[in-house]
Amino acid sequence: MIVKDLVEKFNFKLLTERDGLEKSVDGVYCCDLLSWVMSHAKNNDAWITVQTHVNVVAVASLLNLSCVIIPESIEVDEDTIAKAKKEGIPILSTDLNAYGIFSKFYEAGMR
Amino acid sequence: MDSNKNNIGIKLEYEVKKDDFTRAGEASSNIKKVLRQLGIDSDVIRRTAIATYEAEINIVIHSEGGTITVYIKPDRIEMIAEDSGPGIEDVRLAMQEGFSTASNKIRELGFGAGMGLPNMKKYTDEFYIDSQKGGSTTVKMTIYI
Ligand SMILES: Nc1ncnc2c1ncn2[C@@H]1O[C@H](COP(=O)(O)OP(=O)(O)OP(=O)(O)O)[C@@H](O)[C@H]1O
Ligand SMILES: [Mg+2]
Repeated sequence: MIVKDLVEKFNFKLLTERDGLEKSVDGVYCCDLLSWVMSHAKNNDAWITVQTHVNVVAVASLLNLSCVIIPESIEVDEDTIAKAKKEGIPILSTDLNAYGIFSKFYEAGMR
Repeated sequence: MDSNKNNIGIKLEYEVKKDDFTRAGEASSNIKKVLRQLGIDSDVIRRTAIATYEAEINIVIHSEGGTITVYIKPDRIEMIAEDSGPGIEDVRLAMQEGFSTASNKIRELGFGAGMGLPNMKKYTDEFYIDSQKGGSTTVKMTIYI
């Protein structure tokens, strides 16, 4: 699965530009405690978080995460989107909650 | 950024300001970019990124400001995070997973899990911390390449 599939097949809304859409998504990780994520998320994980400040981009970039998924249509800070564009980290938004997002991945064959 | 090449390796130095959340993570991102350009092993890069990020964020959140210095040597990466206080009252307690003095406001941003220092120790080969209440905090870490 690649990030583009989340836009085209899951209808997640892309808040950034086309950069990073070809990145592979090998897993999904959900947590809002940044140093916990730092220690436990894996390369190419899609990261579900309700945090929307710029530091999210630093974490995603340092860990080579494939993208950030913001659940329940939470509004994302302008600064964060600008920084994500600069770093080539896709940020996606959906009205689904974390469970709904996981279900999409499960149904798409990620298990 | 100050980088100069000599026979003992490459030195990178970054100033880290207190409370500067918008720039927090920039030093570690830059360090990671340099390591990538040098073709360093990806697992070493990842561990260095985690260690420098946690040190950087701690300086931003808990200190009056400081510096992060990295020496990239042929066989290892040395990281030194130093700040100008206020120091840690009980270092042993601070090293415990889950211990944090972060305010509620900081916790709402996802910091303050009390995992930063334990992460630094876990992902480096050598970890050393020196701090006293009222003084500065110095964290020295080494990752072997
Ligand atoms: N540079 C520092 N100056 C002063 N106090 C520090 C410093 N670094 C850590 N501390 C103290 O040690 C505690 C534990 O640090 P640690 O990085 O493990 O957790 P945290 O920063 O509170 O949360 P997290 O890193 O999970 O976001 C901090 O809450 C703080 O009280
Ligand atoms: Mg910390």
